[in-house]
Amino acid sequence: MAALLESVLLRKVDVDKVVDWLKSVQEGEKLSFSEPQLAIQKQEFVPFLLNFLREQSSDALTNGPATPAKTPSCPRPPAQTPGFSDKTSCRSAGSGLGSRGGSRVQLFSPAASASPGSESDAVGQSGVSGVSAFCSPPWSTGWSPASRSSGSERKHAQKVCLGDYMVSPPELQSSTSSQTHKGRKKSAGSTLVSGQTRHGGGRGGPQSDEPGGRRSARGGGHGRMSEQVSPSTPAHLNFNNLEDFPPVGSCPVSSGTSKPSRRINPTPVSADRPHSKPKTCFTSTPLQKASSPPLGAEPLEGLGLTAVGSPMSLKEERELLKREKTKLAQQAASLSPFSLDPCTPTKTGSGAESKVTPDPQTMCPEPCRVTFSSDLDVLAELYCTCISENLVPNVYLELFFVMQLLTSRSLHTHNDEEQLSLCSVNSDVLERCYLRQVHNCVYFAVKVLENQFQLVAHLDKCTLRLLAENERVASFSPDLKDRLSQAQNRSTAKLSPSASTFIHSVPFQPATDNRSNFGSDKAFHPLKKKRDIFYEALREWEDLHKEPGWNFDAALGTKIRGMMSQLTSAGNHSHFARLFLKQLVQMCKGPRTSTLSVDTTDADLLGMLGADSLGRLKRLEERLIQPHRVVGPCPPPSFPGHQEFFRDFIQTASCCQMNQHLQDSLCQQLLHLDEVSILRPSASVGEGEEEEDGDMEQQDEKQRFSSVLLLARLLAKFLGFISFLPYQTSEKPSREIQEASVALRSKVVKIMPVIFNMPKISFEIILHLTAELEVIFSTVMRLQLNRHEEMCYLNKLLLVSVLGWLFQIPVIPEDIFFTSEFTALVKDEGSATGSAGLDCIPLVDQQLLYTCCPFLGEFRKLLAAFVSGSAAKSGGIIRKITPTSAELKGTPTANRSQQKLQVDLEQAFFHNQPPSLRRTVEFVAERVGSNAVKHIKATLVQELVQRGENLLRDGLQSSNANSSKLNDSICAQLCDVGLEALAKATRFCDEKSPDAIRILLPVETTPPVLTTSENITKRLAAEKACSWLSANITALIRREWKSRYDRVKKALCGPLAVDADSAVVELVRQGQMNTPRKKQERAMSCPPLCKHNASLPSDVLIEIKEMLSVAAGPRADEELPTGPQLTTLLQRVANTLECRKFLTAVSEQMLQNCTVLLACKLVSGELPVRSSSRRGGVAVDPGAGSEPSVSDVLVQLAELWERGCCSSAPLHQLFTPLTVAAVLKASDTEKKNYLFLVRKLVDKGILNEEEVKSYWRKLTDLTLPAELIENFQLQSQSIKLSLPLAEMQSCLDMLQVSHQTIEGAT
Amino acid sequence: MRLSRAEYKEIARWTEQLRPTRQCMKILKDRYPHHSQSTLLSIFSLEYQKRTKRTMSRHHVPDVMERYYQRYLSETKVRPTAPVLLELANEVDLSPALMARIILDRFLKDMDGGMPSKTVLNSMLKEPSLIQDHILANNIYQCTINDCCYGPLVDCIKHAVGQEHEVLLRDKLMERNLSFLDENQLRTMGYDKTPDIILEVPVAVEGHIIHWIESKASFGDDHSHRTYLNEQFWSYWNRFGPGLVIYWYGFIEELDCQRDRGLDPSMRRPLGHHGVDRQQWLPLS
Repeated sequence: MAALLESVLLRKVDVDKVVDWLKSVQEGEKLSFSEPQLAIQKQEFVPFLLNFLREQSSDALTNGPATPAKTPSCPRPPAQTPGFSDKTSCRSAGSGLGSRGGSRVQLFSPAASASPGSESDAVGQSGVSGVSAFCSPPWSTGWSPASRSSGSERKHAQKVCLGDYMVSPPELQSSTSSQTHKGRKKSAGSTLVSGQTRHGGGRGGPQSDEPGGRRSARGGGHGRMSEQVSPSTPAHLNFNNLEDFPPVGSCPVSSGTSKPSRRINPTPVSADRPHSKPKTCFTSTPLQKASSPPLGAEPLEGLGLTAVGSPMSLKEERELLKREKTKLAQQAASLSPFSLDPCTPTKTGSGAESKVTPDPQTMCPEPCRVTFSSDLDVLAELYCTCISENLVPNVYLELFFVMQLLTSRSLHTHNDEEQLSLCSVNSDVLERCYLRQVHNCVYFAVKVLENQFQLVAHLDKCTLRLLAENERVASFSPDLKDRLSQAQNRSTAKLSPSASTFIHSVPFQPATDNRSNFGSDKAFHPLKKKRDIFYEALREWEDLHKEPGWNFDAALGTKIRGMMSQLTSAGNHSHFARLFLKQLVQMCKGPRTSTLSVDTTDADLLGMLGADSLGRLKRLEERLIQPHRVVGPCPPPSFPGHQEFFRDFIQTASCCQMNQHLQDSLCQQLLHLDEVSILRPSASVGEGEEEEDGDMEQQDEKQRFSSVLLLARLLAKFLGFISFLPYQTSEKPSREIQEASVALRSKVVKIMPVIFNMPKISFEIILHLTAELEVIFSTVMRLQLNRHEEMCYLNKLLLVSVLGWLFQIPVIPEDIFFTSEFTALVKDEGSATGSAGLDCIPLVDQQLLYTCCPFLGEFRKLLAAFVSGSAAKSGGIIRKITPTSAELKGTPTANRSQQKLQVDLEQAFFHNQPPSLRRTVEFVAERVGSNAVKHIKATLVQELVQRGENLLRDGLQSSNANSSKLNDSICAQLCDVGLEALAKATRFCDEKSPDAIRILLPVETTPPVLTTSENITKRLAAEKACSWLSANITALIRREWKSRYDRVKKALCGPLAVDADSAVVELVRQGQMNTPRKKQERAMSCPPLCKHNASLPSDVLIEIKEMLSVAAGPRADEELPTGPQLTTLLQRVANTLECRKFLTAVSEQMLQNCTVLLACKLVSGELPVRSSSRRGGVAVDPGAGSEPSVSDVLVQLAELWERGCCSSAPLHQLFTPLTVAAVLKASDTEKKNYLFLVRKLVDKGILNEEEVKSYWRKLTDLTLPAELIENFQLQSQSIKLSLPLAEMQSCLDMLQVSHQTIEGAT
Repeated sequence: MRLSRAEYKEIARWTEQLRPTRQCMKILKDRYPHHSQSTLLSIFSLEYQKRTKRTMSRHHVPDVMERYYQRYLSETKVRPTAPVLLELANEVDLSPALMARIILDRFLKDMDGGMPSKTVLNSMLKEPSLIQDHILANNIYQCTINDCCYGPLVDCIKHAVGQEHEVLLRDKLMERNLSFLDENQLRTMGYDKTPDIILEVPVAVEGHIIHWIESKASFGDDHSHRTYLNEQFWSYWNRFGPGLVIYWYGFIEELDCQRDRGLDPSMRRPLGHHGVDRQQWLPLS
């Protein structure tokens, strides 16, 4: 490879030939050039080229995290290595080459000899050490010339090295040292728990220098993971977390050949700590505030290889580090204030974060100072070919690298010339410093950007603006700047789409959730509780998980496991799994899952600011809060936002049944998604005319596709997670287990075809690939990989970007991309699924691209950082913040929040309705909206065009007609009128939607639901139509008019016979929709015309209770009721019992019971009736105004019981021993009252004689005082006699007499 | 009627000295003339229930109960017509109705020798005439009818009040043409949790979207609200989204109604204009 590159650079081989070779589709084709013995494979050359560029630029690349190529290096023949070979004697023995080429050119070790231990080891060391500091710009500015004692030393010191990418994850910071320590110990040949399998021997080159200037062979340098400098906040978990996705199969350590990696972190920790299992892979570890302090070059040199091993050396290391720190501090202090980077406060403390620092010494790159420009052209061409042919693992990584070059700052300002001469002198073309100087870097970068403009043009607006405004671009290629400015206007991608989830719980749907869906109550009821426990846990998590010290397992573990243990039957598990997944999808499907608190703030703010301002405010907030870090385009996979809860829940529950059900359900859903057909809109067939409409339908398809894709990603991620949960161990499984699993897996047909069709790749790969099922799923979605020319560019871009990301994830072995097996496999897959279909439909838009690949935002950050760096130079502001005003333009706040509330209400409406309702509404709205547009086209637009034609004809007839002027004015007129389209479309939607909805919804839909659905449909449809129309109506009219104009112009040559029908089709208003029938009132058997204004049962009950408690005593005399009070009360009771509206069986029964008790108290004299007249001392007219007596009250009671509503009054209480005894105990008056009441009851037929007799007969059984019984029986005898037939009357008379007597007595 | 927590606490403190009798309501009413009788009774009832829960264990000790029984026996011998049991209950600060239950339970044990069944006990409390001992029957009745916090009649009244307010609520909703499913409909549809009302079309009540309404014919204090949250409201929230609770007799205005979940308790009378002063709406979401 090197030879090839050399030949090309020396012009021994034509560049075009190489480019053609690179472009050739033929797999595995070798290129033979001048020297016949040298035939090389593409997959060897590409990594070589990438590595070459990386190394070339390693000096200049000071901004942002390094972008290592994830490429296995290919050994160079030793014959070709004159230059520095003397310095590279300690090349990795593992590679077996030991050539200087290896050391210098290869950033990476051969993957074959990878050992997991040593790599992680190496990374861990360098990450914690100060190596990274050499490469990260903030510190590099502080270097004094003194620290650069020798050229080579300096050079190497500045090289990008693994440490750049390595940071410990925040939560693990404390354990990092122990981990690395452990790792180191084991690196001698044993397995290592963490990380990738590669030993670092092969890529010592850029790492550090021996004191003697030699390259070291240690330090596994650039792992393919090393680009994973991740910005992860502590909350973000990632797939590289070994607890989530532990490596299962790691290649054995080739201990014999590997040199122990150098560790730089000097903290000795007891090597064996079984409990502190490493939690993350080293490469993907998030940035850590407490990471290593910046260090100078010296300690590294001092440490070197000697650092391996003994605690003694560790101590030394520490000493050195300390000294170094102080030295640095002094240097920093002596720097001028602005060079201390006062304006980028965010970077302080995060040593591994790469920041662009204002560098006072940076000179402006100038085109005229570019050297080797022709060679650079050649390199750029080769490089661009690799990119555009998808020969690189990650296109965006390369783009990022290019941007870094663009924004690079040369550190070699003083001895530029010296450097130059040094480089030029070198006879080896490959030793030339092509990218050593900022001029060259920028030149190269601009070249590549020009070449790859299409790729660049698809970045987001902000990035494009930053690029366009970049002065370097302007000075090196004004043309590129212009193109960028233009592209900027076309870009629609937004960086942070925010999704607000209004409802957080999964609605209960009777169709799936009610009792009938369960076999038994036993199965049904536990789930009911589980649902509540689940949400309780979710709420607690939401509230507390951000609190320091909160631990999921500790806080919720018991609750969740307890709940799981109670879900016994299979039905329950599947029900719960469904709930779980529904909730997951609901909360996490959106592009960015915002936490609840954010939502709450949103709501508040919205009220204050309105939607527009809120959006601006959020962006502002984002800019202020988000740490301004450039972390590279390959963040580790993670479970952001609420996904974390679900992940933790699964882990904590550790319930195999649930996992199985979840898995099944996930598979099911994924398969279902796979069946979703995304159609090429038929309208777009007829190119010209129907294009606009096609656009609209395409938008829908796009939306559908994006929703499917996002959902699939989410589901697949969790499927992958659950699938490999059982394999999660902190220990490396034994070889046998691993092989057995691989073998087994290859036999098992799994549901995810792609992933499981990869038996040839090691188990480990599959394991980790599955973690990234989401990515692979896009392949399942039948998007084709590269080289499909007809494939829509953005579709391809998404795929390439996501796959590129996948290749950069640590769990994927680096060389997989370059193995032909994989390529072949992907090809197979592609051809198997059929290449037609989705690929050619422009389904992916920028928005989706950015949603799926949020890391694309890194470009913006990088460029912004560059700008801020420049600005800081002049003491300026870092970031421009446009102040947002709380004042609203246009609609008043109330209106806005009203609108928001309206939308929320609609969402809420659907929440508890069956899902089909929503689907129907959305479907109808979509169709009606689309029809509205068609309708407008067919009517308004046609009419306008016709009108225009008439105008045109009229105009042209006049003598001095200027047809083009006329054309313009007519067109403008038409466009103005065209704005009516919005109103017309809205009217159309209002008319058409209700009918469709009414037909499509089930008959039993209640009128209010129907009406609401109709209204929502109307609004949605109108919104849809209007949004399309307002964006396109003018263009549509223009286009239509243009074609008509052309036709008319042409036709005017001859006589015109077109008699267009200019009648405007007026919309016919349909009859008012039926007003929904009012819901039937609850059936109540109130009397007709009942006004329901009787006293409430409870109120009456309270009063009676009061009365009864007075009766029961203890009481004061004035508490006793008067006759009128009693009759009023009884009247109210009667009324209340009459009106059934508020009555329940219980209150009715109790009321009746109370009346009987009241009667008992009255007849027994326990509740004496107070005479108000006597108390008042006023003489009462015995006639009209006389107070009701007890007997009147009793009659009233009897009448009350007589009514139908009181048929069930517990009258037996009148005959209980208690009552009778009380009566007998009382005076004769009471006895007579009692008999009077009984007689009334019999009289009114409420009781019959038999009943009365049987009650009394029972009394005889009682042990009442004999005298009382006798007395009573005498009394009752008369009644008994009277009852049969003729004698009854006399008995009644007698009772009547006695009644009068009573009256008289009182 | 919304009370500040301090205000509520003051009332609660003041009720501590009261006994749950007919008279106590008058005292309360005189002391707090600005509050409605229902609110005061509801507050007193809540507080008294708390008090009972706190102290019940003290009374439910066998020898204590035996002592009560013996005292009852000896005193009725002396004064057969006096409200012995009621006085005893007030003296030891136990709800008269509960005292009645204890004594009756003890009495039945004497009569039958065995443990009386709950049904028998309850029916006797409900209908003291079933008790053979007339003196006891009168005493029992005196206790249950005078108690304003416990007893069958009070239970019935509480039940009735709850029902009535649900009907009132339905009326109000229908007045406004709001379509809803009530508890019974929900139950027949097989819902596992049934709020009083599920709105078919959600409404916004002063800016809060609500899906369901639960009517509580009581005062909403911290304790009962918390209990309701755990036993009911969260279940509704979990299934149907945010909703509204009506404490018809008012609530503590600082009540935890999940402000952090988008709730604002500071609402006055969102649905009501119908002159029902006692109604109180607490949106919960």
